[in-house]
Amino acid sequence: MTYFRSHILVCNDPVCTNKGSMEIMQALIDEISSKGLQDEVQVLDTPRIGNCENGPEILVYPEGLHYINLKKDQIPFLVEEQFLKGRPIPDFLAPPKKEQAQELGEPTAKEVRVVLRNCGKIDPQNIEEYIAEDGYQALAKVLSESTPDEVIDTVRRSGLRGRGGAGFPTGLKWSLTRDTVSNTKFLVCNADEGDPGAFMNRSVLEGDPHSVVEGMIIAAYAIGATQGYIYCRAEYPIAVRTLNIAIEQARAYGLLGEHIMGTDFSFDMEVRKGAGAFVCGEETALIKSIEGKRGEPRPRPPFPSVKGLFGKPTNINNVESYANVPQIILRGPEWFSSMGTEKSKGTKTFALAGDVNRTGLIEVPFGITLREIVFDVGGGIKNGHEFKAIQTGGPMGGCLPTADLDLEVDYEKLTQAGSIMGSGGMVVMDDETCMVDIARFFMDFIQDESCGKCVPCRVGTRRMLEILTRICNGEGRDGDIELLEELCVEIKQDSLCGLGQGAPNVIVSTLKNFRDEYEAHIYKKECPAKVCRALIQYEIQADKCVGCTACARNCPVDAISGEAKKPHSINPDTCIRCGICKNVCNYDAILVK
Amino acid sequence: MLNTITNTLQIDPTQNPELAAQIDAILEEHRNKPGCLMVVLNEVQTKVGFVSEQIQDYIAASLHVPVSKVHGVISFYSFFTTRPRGKHTIKFCLGTACYVGGSPQLIEKAKQLLGIELGDTTEDGNISITMEACRCVGACSQAPVVVVDDTIYGRVKPSKVTQLIRALEKEG
Repeated sequence: MTYFRSHILVCNDPVCTNKGSMEIMQALIDEISSKGLQDEVQVLDTPRIGNCENGPEILVYPEGLHYINLKKDQIPFLVEEQFLKGRPIPDFLAPPKKEQAQELGEPTAKEVRVVLRNCGKIDPQNIEEYIAEDGYQALAKVLSESTPDEVIDTVRRSGLRGRGGAGFPTGLKWSLTRDTVSNTKFLVCNADEGDPGAFMNRSVLEGDPHSVVEGMIIAAYAIGATQGYIYCRAEYPIAVRTLNIAIEQARAYGLLGEHIMGTDFSFDMEVRKGAGAFVCGEETALIKSIEGKRGEPRPRPPFPSVKGLFGKPTNINNVESYANVPQIILRGPEWFSSMGTEKSKGTKTFALAGDVNRTGLIEVPFGITLREIVFDVGGGIKNGHEFKAIQTGGPMGGCLPTADLDLEVDYEKLTQAGSIMGSGGMVVMDDETCMVDIARFFMDFIQDESCGKCVPCRVGTRRMLEILTRICNGEGRDGDIELLEELCVEIKQDSLCGLGQGAPNVIVSTLKNFRDEYEAHIYKKECPAKVCRALIQYEIQADKCVGCTACARNCPVDAISGEAKKPHSINPDTCIRCGICKNVCNYDAILVK
Repeated sequence: MLNTITNTLQIDPTQNPELAAQIDAILEEHRNKPGCLMVVLNEVQTKVGFVSEQIQDYIAASLHVPVSKVHGVISFYSFFTTRPRGKHTIKFCLGTACYVGGSPQLIEKAKQLLGIELGDTTEDGNISITMEACRCVGACSQAPVVVVDDTIYGRVKPSKVTQLIRALEKEG
């Protein structure tokens, strides 16, 4: 391995590539060669350095300098100053990190990085950088020192639970598959991260794919699997590419294939792409999809650990579960179980999105409160608004109000509060969010993604959507709330898979915590948050309007009239209440009634 | 759009040797994998851009499975399209963060500019633009997100939608 004195990481995120980061990368490579520094400075591309707003961005190591807004003609100067003379250029550097949105920035004090420890630090396309960070040591340790039963016992003692959302103990799952007698067993990694508002798995797959590959090889050794599949969403092309590179490199290093590390253990894996069906995140549907069929769930038992992929015993875990395994082996189960709460051990990654100042990826130990996540890690609510609700666990989760902010996050407590852990999406909503509209939005998603196999989910979610749409349109009737409640109970009880069973959560939780909003919509025909279009009107306040014409120019239906430099007015008959005028107005002159 | 499709040459592998050769290559590469149907359809969708009924017939015959099975898979997954798309595709993310972040307004703006509904394709002369809504693309911290062809644009404002569409029209 050649040693470089300096490394340049160029952001290859779509947003940065669009701004020309690949051209910058080529210019850097050319300039470095022309100065004869090619053996001293290495140029790599990696996803996500900053927030890409100031792309193209690069990071220079070991100094950790963050250059932004680079242009091609600045590169010769940059290379000469930074790499030939060793002087950083303050003018090109990113301003010190403040309250800015970032997907994976510097960890805050409350964060602990286990799964994300390498993301953004190593070149995900280079196995040697992963090995340099103790990569594949856990595998070597397992293959040389432990029997499969000892591996399972270690994982069991660590208290690791399925990170896909259900929280089934991973060690127990492995031993169930191990105990099933069969000459062929399969291992599957669920990378079908379909929850809107969640991108934890994508970041791990793109930033540190080898940790997942290593975790899977260890799991395969423990349960006796010979073939593995990573089922990844088609919407994540970069993740698929990075995984394929990782698998190829692992194969070239003898870490996959026949006789891994010279032992009798053989295992190989491939990536299978999904095709945009949310329900395929459910394990039995995912199995059907890998088999090349419609991804419809089936009743359990038999569980996949007994009868799974192609009828053989199959162990399915989430990306994050596998990524935890190498660290548990290396640092020991006691280290892992020292973090978290009584029943939920270790850390969990969350994708924090919505109306907080710092959106992005976080990794925190279980037991942290929602308040700490929103206000300490997330930096509070944007634009000085009030916190209203936090929606956890994707579309099958519920909305938790201010009263639940001091809840300690773990599997049990979230379920008790009427939400779920889910895969880890967290969307924060401020006081401008209408909870009935949010419920309608999620029901629209669920109804659309229902696979149609079982009646309660197929028909029930559609009826619930109709009722919610009616309420949002100001046509809600007396008795609608009770009807919703009845439907919720039945759909939850009678649906086949997690999608149907979780479908009512968002309605149940919003009815419980924000019932007054439903009542205002139905009985007073008012939308307290001023969101539902049928129940609001836009007006221009003549005393604030300066007649800049910004609203009139941006109105999609030409409902705004008025002369330049004189107050404008909105015609309520043509206005579609899209709210664009309010967004573009710099004088705060648009009033919503 | 329908007018252009009547040209079956474009979508029927039995009449279009070039298309047939492209599909054959995909079939040969993957036919021995277990559960190959999904892999084949995924590749065809990516490389050809659509899986027309004629292509479904062709694949079914080649893999010796009933065409109903192929169509069953096609109709189940939203990634597959049976009609050729426009030259450019503009997609609006309707994930939670983007929805809360204002993507409905962006869609409104684009509808007005393009004069079509979601899922439709424009037909002005040589340029055709397909407008779609999509589920979360996993770029939630950049919400609201618009995907033009394969490029993701984050923190999009309605005025940016105008720019993006004008750029596509200019590019042709």
